[in-house]
Amino acid sequence: MAMEVTQILLNAQSVDGAVRKHAEDNLKQFQEQNLPSFLLSLAGELANEEKPAESRKLAGLILKNALDAKEQHRKYEFVQRWLALDPSVKGQIKNCLIKTLSSPSHDARSTASQVIAKVAGIELPQKQWPELIGTLLSNIQQLPAHTKQATLETLGYICEEVSPEAVEQDNVNQILTAVVQGMNASEVNNDVRLAATRALYNALGFAQANFSNDMERDYIMRVVCEATLSPEVKIRQAAFECLVAISSTYYEKLAPYIHDIFNITAKAVKEDEEPVALQAIEFWSSICDEEIDILEEYGSDFTGDSEVPCYYFIKQALPVLVPLLLETLLKQEEDQDQDEGAWNIAMAGGTCLGLVARTVGDDIVPLVMPFIELNITKPDWRQREAATYAFGSILEGPSPEKLVPLVNVALNFMLSALMKDPSNHVKDTTAWTLGRMFEFLHGSMLETPIITPANCQQIVTVLLQSMKDVPNVAEKACGALYFLAQGYEDMGPSPSPLTPFFQDILQALYAVTRREDAGESRLRTAAYETLNEVVRCSTDDTSPMVMQLVPHIMMELHQTLEAHKLSTDEREKQNELQGLLCGCLQVIIQKLGSSEATKYVFLQYADQMMALFLRVFSCRSATAHEEAMLAIGALAYATGSGFEKYMSEFYRYLEMGLQNFEDYQVCAITVGVVGDLCRALEDKILPYCDAIMTQLLKDLSSNQLHRSVKPPIFSCFGDIALAIGENFEKYLVYAMPMLQSAAELSAHTSGADDDMTEYTNSLRNGILEAYSGIFQGFKGSPKTQLLMPYAPHILQFLDSLYMEKEMDDVVTKTAIGVLGDLADTLGSNAGPLIQQAISSKDFLNECLSSDDHMIKESAEWAKLAINRAISI
Amino acid sequence: MAPPDHRRPFKRPTISDQQRRRELSLLRQAQNRLDAQQRARCLASTVLSLEAPEPGPGPEPEPVLELELASESEYHVEEEEEGDSRSPSKEFDVRQASKLRGAEARKWFARQLMLPEWMIDVPDRLSQDWYVFARPSGKRCFVVSSNGITVSRLRNGSVLHRFPSALPGGARTRDVSGSAQSYSILDCIFHEIDQMYYVIDMVCWRGYSLYDCTAEFRFFWSNSKLNESGACDPPSQNHRYRFSLVPIYNCDENGLHAAYTGAVTYIKDGLLFYNKQAHYQTGNTPLALVWKDEKCSQYVIDTDSKGNVPRLQQVVLELQEDLKLITSDDPPVVFGCLDNDLVQKD
Repeated sequence: MAMEVTQILLNAQSVDGAVRKHAEDNLKQFQEQNLPSFLLSLAGELANEEKPAESRKLAGLILKNALDAKEQHRKYEFVQRWLALDPSVKGQIKNCLIKTLSSPSHDARSTASQVIAKVAGIELPQKQWPELIGTLLSNIQQLPAHTKQATLETLGYICEEVSPEAVEQDNVNQILTAVVQGMNASEVNNDVRLAATRALYNALGFAQANFSNDMERDYIMRVVCEATLSPEVKIRQAAFECLVAISSTYYEKLAPYIHDIFNITAKAVKEDEEPVALQAIEFWSSICDEEIDILEEYGSDFTGDSEVPCYYFIKQALPVLVPLLLETLLKQEEDQDQDEGAWNIAMAGGTCLGLVARTVGDDIVPLVMPFIELNITKPDWRQREAATYAFGSILEGPSPEKLVPLVNVALNFMLSALMKDPSNHVKDTTAWTLGRMFEFLHGSMLETPIITPANCQQIVTVLLQSMKDVPNVAEKACGALYFLAQGYEDMGPSPSPLTPFFQDILQALYAVTRREDAGESRLRTAAYETLNEVVRCSTDDTSPMVMQLVPHIMMELHQTLEAHKLSTDEREKQNELQGLLCGCLQVIIQKLGSSEATKYVFLQYADQMMALFLRVFSCRSATAHEEAMLAIGALAYATGSGFEKYMSEFYRYLEMGLQNFEDYQVCAITVGVVGDLCRALEDKILPYCDAIMTQLLKDLSSNQLHRSVKPPIFSCFGDIALAIGENFEKYLVYAMPMLQSAAELSAHTSGADDDMTEYTNSLRNGILEAYSGIFQGFKGSPKTQLLMPYAPHILQFLDSLYMEKEMDDVVTKTAIGVLGDLADTLGSNAGPLIQQAISSKDFLNECLSSDDHMIKESAEWAKLAINRAISI
Repeated sequence: MAPPDHRRPFKRPTISDQQRRRELSLLRQAQNRLDAQQRARCLASTVLSLEAPEPGPGPEPEPVLELELASESEYHVEEEEEGDSRSPSKEFDVRQASKLRGAEARKWFARQLMLPEWMIDVPDRLSQDWYVFARPSGKRCFVVSSNGITVSRLRNGSVLHRFPSALPGGARTRDVSGSAQSYSILDCIFHEIDQMYYVIDMVCWRGYSLYDCTAEFRFFWSNSKLNESGACDPPSQNHRYRFSLVPIYNCDENGLHAAYTGAVTYIKDGLLFYNKQAHYQTGNTPLALVWKDEKCSQYVIDTDSKGNVPRLQQVVLELQEDLKLITSDDPPVVFGCLDNDLVQKD
């Protein structure tokens, strides 16, 4: 039942748009009319040596796309569709695919490899196609080189596609044996050896058992290390990629090999070509990642019996590793600071040096200081830049006691370099290093301040001056100012040391946002981000200056809305700018609107601001919408019930946001804003509640909406109920069953992974917040008895949460609060029910003696409410 | 060439400010939701409503004429006594009160402290129903933390200190979500020598009112809450004055002995007795009693700034409408009666 599809497939790649369109329609039609025949035809095309390479390749790709999709629900649909196909059709397709692996055409083989992996990805977890691995590996050693290469490539893709549990250990052993043999130095064909090395990269996750066996592990490690010495650069690179993967997957097995690996990587870093050297550096970065994680887990109370022990590889390698990395810093590229995507040996080396500093702390300092002292004043910019970069890299990790004296000496030098150094590279790195100093060594947490009344003015002056430099330097100067401001953020209401310069800082930042070249090097974004941070840390004495900024930012936003007839590119930039401006206004609203002293003056701008935000919604940009929505939420909170007058106009955009499944971030934020509105308007939100609730209920029942939005929607039910009280009555019949079924689903977490457990807990929290809001909303109303029928289920839910013992602290706190709310609202009517619930005894008692004061506080409240309900 | 997916070249910017704005907004919303919830829970006991004077312009009812005469107690000398606290009243909210400024605030706060009566006989069931503790010497005040600032007010309502503290809502911290509704009110004595606020009672905590709670519960609550808040930590940038709890005893023989003779970190000024079942009641109440003698108070008689006992002791007496002069003891002791002519002349 296969059909001739060659011509259609060729037409589908025609340069003539009309021909192409027609062919695409034909294919679509064919697929819809007879899927089995369609798939079989494609597989036949791919396997047929007499067909043109182009049609074979496209046939394979279409076949692959019929088996997998990015979106979760489409993928699920495709899987079900494949599984439902007639077994004989599937068998024929698979035969075609396997046959193609021995095709002389490289493209055909490679495409078939990928399709086989997709089929395996569907069937192996279902315990179907059990003979696949055996078929692929039967007499692999006798196969011609090109078939061997395709087979190994297929094995690699299969390992990438399926999870280790879906493959029997016997098959795993067979795969590894074939792969390691293919990697061996005795393999003369480089294509085979490369395919084998890449396959091992994917197969490493399957090799748990083999890595636990000393002999097998020794053998694998030897083969990998040998492959790093291959004359073929691609094989060396692939072999180092394997080492990187091994360093994170099998860290605890590395001790016997680490010395050899160090020698191999050191040689590669010094001598090999860049792609190989980068992987060699990455090996050590990856070891740092592992040790940082382990040491973090040890925390302060190291007990010695942590799951994975720390082998302190970095500490041991330190005396040789640090000089190696410092050398790489001198290999900068001329234009790396202008190119945002740049990645080279110097950058990888510096990044690794920073990770090493975080891993070993103080020990790195004496090893780096001589390099800095030697190079920082040299005539060659590369040496000065490398020295500065080295200093900046070690500012996170070592203790302030160790660093502060050094920074105190270096600070003046850096400030002067930022002004006077002739090299833009040096200035870029200098400004970045200043930023790192302020990020890690400045703030109220530190005992000895590096910034004092004596040098504060100079620092600010230099940074503001530097913000007029070329874009990449100015961007770093903004970054430094960001952290300078942040360090003063939690200083309290006393006048900030920045107060005398506040006006200048605002003006300078505003000027940067208006620079002609602010589009380069992210400069405009950096300037707005810094402006936001400066606003966040403003104090009562500087808030009038922030207030003066408001009309300027509003004017900027107004201008972006007036621009018409823009090219796609210009519109994109315009939207980005709108996002930044709305973000900035949001920060200002939050700041000035939260203080009684500034709120009333500030709110004079509310009308104009709201008008601008509404206009932003008419532009098509998810980011700008999100920012405007957040700003409106903040504005609603600041204006309180006065926000009512904007509701009739704003409502349709609110609804639009709630319907935006595609940009689910916008949807999630809009749900949060509904909460803000509830608290601001209280019962004045009532006229909009029918529509809002309808939309929220629709959102909940949709399987297209990203699941992360669902917990906030439940919380939002609570917000609405709390705002409108007993008027929530009419929604009970819809909301309660939804809550109930979600509660049942979320009651158990057994067997879930961490992600799922976290999600389940956020879902529980949303459900519980909904119950809390509903109970409190109905309190004191004659209609409280409407809630009685739901009480048994809710108590049961609380009991099951308690029995499950998988709650996090937030859920525990909310859950015990719900118990109190139930008792508080239903009173003595629910007394007997409450007394039967385990929650009211064991759970409550556990919470009462909790170390978490939020839990304890909620529990004490619950206890009061229960006592009252029972005693009456 | 691009870095590996998970490796961020660290010379590039860290997290985006957009993400930060998003997170800060979520934090603010979560905090606001919590506040709304707590407010709803508090309203349950309708404890937020308090007696307060008529709002709006117009002078307060004139306080009854006060005269300074000689007496034996510092108690009435240290701070001025405001007039009648049972003035025409209206529902009033503590939260609103914390926003009052200037004279309005002084008037309002002057009425809010619970004032003990002199202990002139031994109450029934003293050992079962009462607590005792040594009163720290110093300025009695109301400490209110809200909106990122902490303000202490003396009995006459005037501001003693305005400072950041670790009390809930007592300082502007990085948590910009700040919880505007989360305020706390403590009944304290400011002890000059070690610049310490001794907490003798807790009136509101995190917006949760304790007015209608028994002393037993209030003391339990302050014991568990105050330490957790960090208010008892040594002073720091965001916490200018340290707070401390006073040791509270049951009124049995051991407790009385400990309170009377036990060493404390502060200078004692008499013993305070609190009935365990008593709610926090503004103004004078027989459910709180004060005892002073030479052994437990240096202010049993008045002294001047050098510690010498002046020849004359002072006391504040109240002139009643019938021209009687009374003390504020309960029952008041009538000192005498003024001649109508004398009052006219004045």
